[in-house]
Amino acid sequence: MATTHPKSSTANRRWRWFANHTASVLAVASTILVIAPLVAIFVDLVYKGAVSLNWNFFTKLPAPVGENGGGMANSIVGSALLLGLASLMGVPIGISAGIYLSEYGRGTKLSNVVRFTADVLNGVPSIVMGIAVYGLIVVPQKGFSAFAGGVVLGIMMIPTVARTTEEMLLMVPHSIREAALGLGVPNWRSMLSITLKTAMPGVITGCMLAFARVAGETAPLLFTALGNEFWSTALNQPIAALPLQIYVYALGPYDEWHRLAWAGSLVLVFLIVVSVALVRFVTTRGVLKGAS
Amino acid sequence: MGVSIEVNNLNAWYGTNHTLQDITLHIPANEATALIGPSGCGKSTFVRCLNRMHETNPIAKVTGEVKVGGQDIYSETSAVEVRRRIGMVFQRPNPFPTMSIYDNVASGLRLNGYRNRRVLDEVVERSLKSSALWDEVKDELKKKSGASLSGGQQQRLCIARALAVDPEVLLMDEPASALDPVSTAKIEDLIFQLKVQYTIVIVTHNMQQAARVAERTGFFLNGRLVEFDSTHKIFTNPGDKRTEDYITGRFG
Repeated sequence: MATTHPKSSTANRRWRWFANHTASVLAVASTILVIAPLVAIFVDLVYKGAVSLNWNFFTKLPAPVGENGGGMANSIVGSALLLGLASLMGVPIGISAGIYLSEYGRGTKLSNVVRFTADVLNGVPSIVMGIAVYGLIVVPQKGFSAFAGGVVLGIMMIPTVARTTEEMLLMVPHSIREAALGLGVPNWRSMLSITLKTAMPGVITGCMLAFARVAGETAPLLFTALGNEFWSTALNQPIAALPLQIYVYALGPYDEWHRLAWAGSLVLVFLIVVSVALVRFVTTRGVLKGAS
Repeated sequence: MGVSIEVNNLNAWYGTNHTLQDITLHIPANEATALIGPSGCGKSTFVRCLNRMHETNPIAKVTGEVKVGGQDIYSETSAVEVRRRIGMVFQRPNPFPTMSIYDNVASGLRLNGYRNRRVLDEVVERSLKSSALWDEVKDELKKKSGASLSGGQQQRLCIARALAVDPEVLLMDEPASALDPVSTAKIEDLIFQLKVQYTIVIVTHNMQQAARVAERTGFFLNGRLVEFDSTHKIFTNPGDKRTEDYITGRFG
């Protein structure tokens, strides 16, 4: 072709070069803008938290007011217990609700109600959840308890787990379900062993998301688990939790408390990251070559 | 061994759409029977009625009688039982993506509760040999995902999976339409070997394929069975003008 196409004139090429690079720069800048606060928080946390971390922090109880030293051993164990309770309740109920929404309740009135409720529940401020469980469990039992704390965190996990489970199950291709049914596999079996198994990586991500979210919750625990300066793993007694201890120490008047609050925050973040990584590691073991 | 299938006055609907109208035909045992016809003529719906997959769609409805080996599959047994006796291979290969090649083939037995390792090993090997895939995958049976195979291999894996539950009939819904000519030829070879043991019903858009693999051919049009006869007769001397128009490429 001897004639030059008007679109590929020199001016046009320059304009395209300019537009292309502007878009790239903008995209990179936005990415940095998103990551920067996270990195800043994390660096600050490590910087301020690491200096107060020592062996005592993980093994000792909080020191009485006026004394230096002490640790958060009871809070670490308390948080683990609360989160264990919450997962025990939130994960099975959430996954079951998700299965109902995607596999059995498609288009029914009940499923629409459940879906709407889950979305609203997800948006309810956590302190309101705390008050609700305070009224439902703490008041009738006449006392704050680890059980009440586990329940409120568990309830907060349900909507996230249910909705992600539903979305992930819907992403499993219809042809996979047909393959199972075509082999003479009963519906329930195909649901559990094929559809849910295929969607499992996504479902686990949803569970971890919910877990990480409630692990840092403080407000609902104020009305339920209350916090505890002493060792306690009894379910019917108030129990310590890392976010609660951080809250108390951060608001306190002593520099030593502030330092411990920083250390506690670092440990909390670290424990969340470790548990999420651990679950991921355990559940992705044995994934096959070329599995999608 | 394969069994014969007798269909009497079969009618099927999707919602208000009457997709199959008064189908009556007799499919003999241990033969390949091809079903041809333009898209939307009801041939896929028809094979899905033969193993009660049609009813998995909530708006689907079916009436009439389908007897497989003398047993009415709609009144004398359960859908799950029927599908164990009548295997199905779908248009697009659909191996279970999270399972290894071995687990894919063993899935039909395992999901129905069989656990004996030795029996499973034997069945997997036999099924993969029957579907002519064994030599290509035998070294990576448990390491490789079924989804990592090529399209043609995946389809043969799906055939092996269907054979592993030891069905009497094998339904194939356009099993080669998503495959290249080499893979298609392999599937066709396979059909020749398989009909010694199984009754095969194959839906196809490819008329040469029907002519190559099937003893009998049925021509569907607009939800009706226009003609059903020996493949030779259908392709050389069809009894109905519409069949002739279709196989000579005048429409469809």
